[in-house]
Amino acid sequence: MKRIAGVLALLLVMYGALFYSNPNASSQSNLIDVANRQGFYGLLTLAAGLMILSGSIDLSLGSVVGLGAILFSVLMKNGVPPPVALLLTVFTGTLIGLLQGAIVYGLKLQSFLVTLCGMFIFRGLARLLTDNRDVGLQEVLRKGNHPEFQSAIEAMKTLLVGKVAPTEELVFPAMLGVFLVVAVAFGAILHGTVYGRYWCAIGYSEQAARYSGIQVGRYRVLTFMIGSSLAAFAGCLLLLNYGTAKPDNAGQNYELEAITGAVLGGVSLRGGEGTMLGMALGAAVLPLLGNLVTFLEIPNDVIPVVVGLTLFLGSFVDEVIRRRGAARKG
Amino acid sequence: MTATPPARTPILDAVGVGKSFPGVRALDNVSVAIYPGEVLAIVGENGAGKSTLMKILAGVYQPDAGELRRAGVTVRFDGPADALAAGVSLIHQELSLAENLTVVENLYLGRELTIPRLGHWLRKSPMRAAGLEMLAKVGLPASLLNARVSTLSPGRKQLVEIARALGRDAKVLIMDEPTSSLTQTETARLYEVIDGLRAGGVSVVYISHRLAEITRLADRAVVLRDGRFSAELARHELTHDTIVKHMIGRDLTQYFPRDHRKTGGAAVFEIDGLRYRGGPAHAASLTVRAGEVLGMAGLVGAGRTELAEAVFGIRPVTAGTLRLDGRDVRFKGPADAIRAGVLLAPEDRRIHGLILEASVGANLSLPNLDRVSRAGWISRGDEADLHQRMIAKLGVKTPSAAQPVGFLSGGNQQKVVFGKWLARGPKVLILDEPTRGVDVGAKGEIYALIDELCGQGVAVWMISSDMEELLGLSDRVAVMHEGAIAGELDRAAMTEEAIMTLATGGANR
Repeated sequence: MKRIAGVLALLLVMYGALFYSNPNASSQSNLIDVANRQGFYGLLTLAAGLMILSGSIDLSLGSVVGLGAILFSVLMKNGVPPPVALLLTVFTGTLIGLLQGAIVYGLKLQSFLVTLCGMFIFRGLARLLTDNRDVGLQEVLRKGNHPEFQSAIEAMKTLLVGKVAPTEELVFPAMLGVFLVVAVAFGAILHGTVYGRYWCAIGYSEQAARYSGIQVGRYRVLTFMIGSSLAAFAGCLLLLNYGTAKPDNAGQNYELEAITGAVLGGVSLRGGEGTMLGMALGAAVLPLLGNLVTFLEIPNDVIPVVVGLTLFLGSFVDEVIRRRGAARKG
Repeated sequence: MTATPPARTPILDAVGVGKSFPGVRALDNVSVAIYPGEVLAIVGENGAGKSTLMKILAGVYQPDAGELRRAGVTVRFDGPADALAAGVSLIHQELSLAENLTVVENLYLGRELTIPRLGHWLRKSPMRAAGLEMLAKVGLPASLLNARVSTLSPGRKQLVEIARALGRDAKVLIMDEPTSSLTQTETARLYEVIDGLRAGGVSVVYISHRLAEITRLADRAVVLRDGRFSAELARHELTHDTIVKHMIGRDLTQYFPRDHRKTGGAAVFEIDGLRYRGGPAHAASLTVRAGEVLGMAGLVGAGRTELAEAVFGIRPVTAGTLRLDGRDVRFKGPADAIRAGVLLAPEDRRIHGLILEASVGANLSLPNLDRVSRAGWISRGDEADLHQRMIAKLGVKTPSAAQPVGFLSGGNQQKVVFGKWLARGPKVLILDEPTRGVDVGAKGEIYALIDELCGQGVAVWMISSDMEELLGLSDRVAVMHEGAIAGELDRAAMTEEAIMTLATGGANR
């Protein structure tokens, strides 16, 4: 609870600073833009958080986002109707998760290692898929390809991203809406069902969970499948949002930003601890920080330093509180 | 040897020392004086505070009450290095030699003789010469000087460790369960060395729960119970029954209740010719009957825990069959065993038995979530009921079900492990060292609980290294030796000697 209060306070201070910094910052369009990005990061933070919570880590999330964006576009270009293409892309993510999870569990390798390999492999696959050429919705809709997809793509853009044709203006934070739906469902699973309990138990102590009769492998592989599915879905959103994607850098480093969000939101890197509310709040920090830095007219180059320091301070304060608590109770 | 040496100054003296750990007062106002050239035994049950006292003497822990005196002068050991400098050396239960180095390198580890001006060039020949002397003192052959420690037997490693301590001019040697992994021959050799040390004026603080060793070696014994001083016994008082009486502080028959046994019950669980991956060549067969406690004895490393884990589905079974209620069963993992009602309370409860960071309630729920949920959705109310029921039934001392289980004392932690399984209604309960690290009071409660479970027809298979517990609680004892079941003794034939003979392979000689 302390952690949630802490990240909530951080968010309030940041929003305060944002409103104070520049009159344009509090404009509706800016706030919608920030909220939309918070939703997008929220999906990835949830993926990363779920894995960390259950004692794994997924470094391939960013590459799967990239591969998802590319695959989504390639499928549509080859005539797969957009909604089907989206489902196929998400399903590919599920298979990627199944594969990586099965390798981690079946071969008893560390998730860090396996997903580090995955990070390179899926990035490479994204590049191979298009000979490392950029992809985009324009290309899909070009004459001779599939102009008939126009209405479907526009509908998806409106529904999932909040950008409304023909001006492509961002009208409402649809990605935040998508995230909230996913988050509520996940919160219920994490905090109300046997699954959530088992994930936490495995994250705390895989051995104790096993001796308690939990089929550890099954539950861990499931987190990989969920995580990679969310990443692939985020890749689709990325393509819908920006219209284009570059195979060599779409989604790059997103896994690290997602891990940052999860940790800020109180997911313990030691596993076992974390809440849905915390993850959602943690995910809101980085997009807001980026926006704040822009409006404070601080050079963009500062952002990584600020992110690093925020994470460090947040974790450090948390650790101090935790140790104090342990010492007092002891 | 006289019981109490004449009025000399103790070489090392603990006066009213106390030490607390989270949730437990491990040691409370204990005074011990160690005189030059004597063997002082520290006796007590697991959790009586022996190890804590020893670690205070050796500077590993700092007491939070009382003080230490070295030859009458108050001293403070801020770490083992201070104690070593004062001539107090701890011979660890887990040996602390560098396995990949040679004997002589270990003897001088951390205080190598060097030529500083030549970039700390090692002066090997004086180290070798002195090393030979050290080995001679403990009766090890000179040929071992350049042997790699990893090639030595446990007994020889122990002697190397003693030699190392003597090389540092140790005046007080503290030995914690030194014979736990030694063969009989090695143990006899160790006794000779200890006798030699005593004659040479070195003091030995000897910690063991094998009472025969204490009767053989000690000049005096201090008995601890529940972290407090219980008795000091002179040499002529060191008999098995006297020591035990002071250790447990009550009559043995009350302490080990047997009111609810149903002897001659049905063979609930049969293990027939079981072998498992990574296990010994021998197959194991065993029968556990309803309403009885089958004790299982054996030395450390005899394969008792491994056998239990194979049965529970942790280790893959390669041959043999398991029969539950007369039907063949096969457990691919703990989940299968648990569903069938074969439950294991593991040896290491802090790693396998519990999630220490999680709450008492979360731990109790973990294997029982199927009972408090519908279609995967957990009912908070049913869950809270389960917690309250188990906490009350077992008398777990905890402020609430939300308390992290790691903050509880060993005995209460073990009760939570029991609680996890009682909620399921066990058919066969495998208890691996059920009272290790449990204080005396909670031990009695656990024994009563085991007896009560027998009354409900549960078949209990109890692995234990605690001889009193085995003799007091078991209806039969199966003894393992080097991976094989060396023999089975019924209650009439169960004696410490008979068990130890089987456990050390004596019957085969």
